[in-house]
Amino acid sequence: MLAYLLRRLLYAVPILIGVNLLTFVLFFVVNSPDDMARMHIGVKRATPEAIERWKAERGYDRPMFLNDAASGSARFTETIFFDKSLRMFALEFGRADDGRDIGQEIRDRMGPSLAIALPTFLLSLAVSISFALLLVFFRATYLDFWGVVLCVAMMSISSLFYIIGGQWLVSKLWALVPISGYAPGLDAARFLVLPVLISVIAGIGSSARWYRTIFLEEISKDYVRTARAKGLSELAVLFRHVLRNALIPILTGVVVVIPLLFMGSLLVESFFAIPGLGSYTIDAINAQDFAVVRAMVFIGSVLYIVGLMLTDLSYTLADPRVRLQ
Amino acid sequence: MSTSSGILGFQPVVLWTDALLFVLVALALLSALRARTQAPLRAAWRKVGRRPAGMAAATVLLAFLAVGLVDSLHYRPLLSAVERVAGVGAPAGSAPAAPVVSTEVLSALDALLAPLRLRTEKTYSAPFAWTLYQRETVETADGGQVRDYPRLTYGAAHLGADVAAARGGDVALRLVSALAQAALAWLVAFLVLASLVWRGSGLRWGEVARAMLAGRTVLAWRAALVTLAVLLAVAAVCVELAPLYHVLGTDKVGQDVLYLALKSVRTALVIGTLTTLVMMPFAVALGIAAGYLGGWVDDAVQYVYTVLNAIPGVLLIAAAVLMMQVVIDTHPQWFDTAAERSDARLLALCFILGITSWTGLARLLRGETLKLRELEYVQAARAFGVRTPAILRRHILPNLMHIVLIALVMDFSGLVLAEAVLSYVGIGVDPSTISFGTMINMARAELAREPMVWWSLAAAFAFMFVLVLAANLFADVVRDAFDPRRA
Repeated sequence: MLAYLLRRLLYAVPILIGVNLLTFVLFFVVNSPDDMARMHIGVKRATPEAIERWKAERGYDRPMFLNDAASGSARFTETIFFDKSLRMFALEFGRADDGRDIGQEIRDRMGPSLAIALPTFLLSLAVSISFALLLVFFRATYLDFWGVVLCVAMMSISSLFYIIGGQWLVSKLWALVPISGYAPGLDAARFLVLPVLISVIAGIGSSARWYRTIFLEEISKDYVRTARAKGLSELAVLFRHVLRNALIPILTGVVVVIPLLFMGSLLVESFFAIPGLGSYTIDAINAQDFAVVRAMVFIGSVLYIVGLMLTDLSYTLADPRVRLQ
Repeated sequence: MSTSSGILGFQPVVLWTDALLFVLVALALLSALRARTQAPLRAAWRKVGRRPAGMAAATVLLAFLAVGLVDSLHYRPLLSAVERVAGVGAPAGSAPAAPVVSTEVLSALDALLAPLRLRTEKTYSAPFAWTLYQRETVETADGGQVRDYPRLTYGAAHLGADVAAARGGDVALRLVSALAQAALAWLVAFLVLASLVWRGSGLRWGEVARAMLAGRTVLAWRAALVTLAVLLAVAAVCVELAPLYHVLGTDKVGQDVLYLALKSVRTALVIGTLTTLVMMPFAVALGIAAGYLGGWVDDAVQYVYTVLNAIPGVLLIAAAVLMMQVVIDTHPQWFDTAAERSDARLLALCFILGITSWTGLARLLRGETLKLRELEYVQAARAFGVRTPAILRRHILPNLMHIVLIALVMDFSGLVLAEAVLSYVGIGVDPSTISFGTMINMARAELAREPMVWWSLAAAFAFMFVLVLAANLFADVVRDAFDPRRA
């Protein structure tokens, strides 16, 4: 198993290099640093000196791949490619446009992001699976039919509506919780209830329907008939047999997002003014802070690859027949 | 160009997205013609038509499509003599000079909705209101000043002074007349449809008509007719009332919200369909190549899509959109008009969304091709020495089309929803493009206002909900009909 994980880790390297090259091409080849500087300063005020200063401040004034002015290994290290792209492998992200260290910022903001994403994740998993099992228990009845109709209707509503509607109803009309904001420590709970609740409700439609399909596929198999034939109650069949056998497809879809929970949610965090990584990313996008966006792209892909490895590991836990080699 | 504009009275403009949208419609019609000759395809579509949900959703989608297509016929109007004089300063009627076209790009829908488009108020007004939504200082007749809600310039202007008393009766009266017209239109539609179904059925016309109303036909005509009735009623009410009132209110700069919502339909359709259309060739070519050829091709394709998958979608879209914005901003000389510019951004957004979403389809196609290439008829073709391109075209591709079709309809609703979110994040369509996302984005700032301005948001969400719900229902029915595993 350890050998397997090591091999997967080695596979991850070319993928990360690919991600790195892709972002490099996107950010530095499609547009030259001059274009970015002009855009940032404003086309009208962009004098050649201003552009040079902007580039020098951010380290974009170096050659792309090869620095002929330097000697030795510095020929390769004092380039944009090394400084902005390769350094990311060492988790050195440089500074944002406001001068703050991106790595430090990410460490600070991970907490609030997780505080919202983790409860959301666990709660929606529990609620969606229970709802799907309920629909499967009452399959081919009116309850099942209208449950699916409800799911499709809920899927068809924009997530923006859930957020705006929820904020208006709970915070403004009923004045139960603050409309947005964040506080460190246990105080945070007051601010977290509403965003978590809204995210869970917004996700139920599509995930419950997906789980229902998985369960229905499982329930038509022979072992389920055998279990019923030997006299097990329908509930026992559902929970002890169907749920466990349906775990593999569920894990495939679910485990991969666990590491990405660190990244937070763009929409929810920005609507509720939670100082997490999601709102950090949105602010960077709006301020066109390319260094931050680049860093987030890299971290996101690292976490995705970690998620894929966790998925494989989770298979061995869910199904003893799976051996990793 | 100037000669054609001289004759037509306008200069036609074909934006990139217009062209692609019409290409898509032409492709759909072609494949419909092809499907008529092939029994399995005909059977599958018949299955779609048999489901009431499928027919109802298709009716709604066709209505949206009609709005979107009418909105895709773009032109630049000629400036009238008066406007030209104001602009150029030459004496009126001095010479039959070459017609000058406006830089404003309009669409056929704009022309149809001219009463809605041109009658802008000063700022917010509620649905069916006759005053603005906020107090302003108004001069009274005797020279004094009072803070009051000023009358709207257009909304309910036909009612005169005692608007408060007259409005209820006026609206009710017009509602009744609108519904009567809708009933008439529905009756005509029903007669035409029943006659079409009756032709060649060998039954009496009355029997056919009764069977359709009772829902006893093979295809679920009754569901389509009921949906049509609802659509016609809503449309008739809008046609009757919208020229006199602001049925859905006005937004911050006084534009009619109904007009904005109808214009948004095209943007949603473009994003929902063109994204899949532009990525399809890549996904199909790479998926089939990887599955059929195997070896290093398979490795390379898998590598590419793993890399693209590894980047969280929103971030990849954000990075690409930011870069595209820089390209567009640094090359203003590429675009004649603002409309072409925002159209380029819309198309680029479709490409970017396509690039981030083709991986799923490619993976499905690869898996299916792996299965197909081991089947006997493909093996036989290979043994007979049929060349690889011919095998791919004749034996593999036709058997993958159901996956492509299912992907096309399944992705649509997700993309429409994504547009709104991306526009909110600031990486969606150009802010000057009217879309559900930009509508929500503009209206959001006003939520904190007391009392709340709710109608813009409500209109955008309601239109989006109907469109996405219809798309979801239709996608389900299509998947059930075409996916062999669900048979």
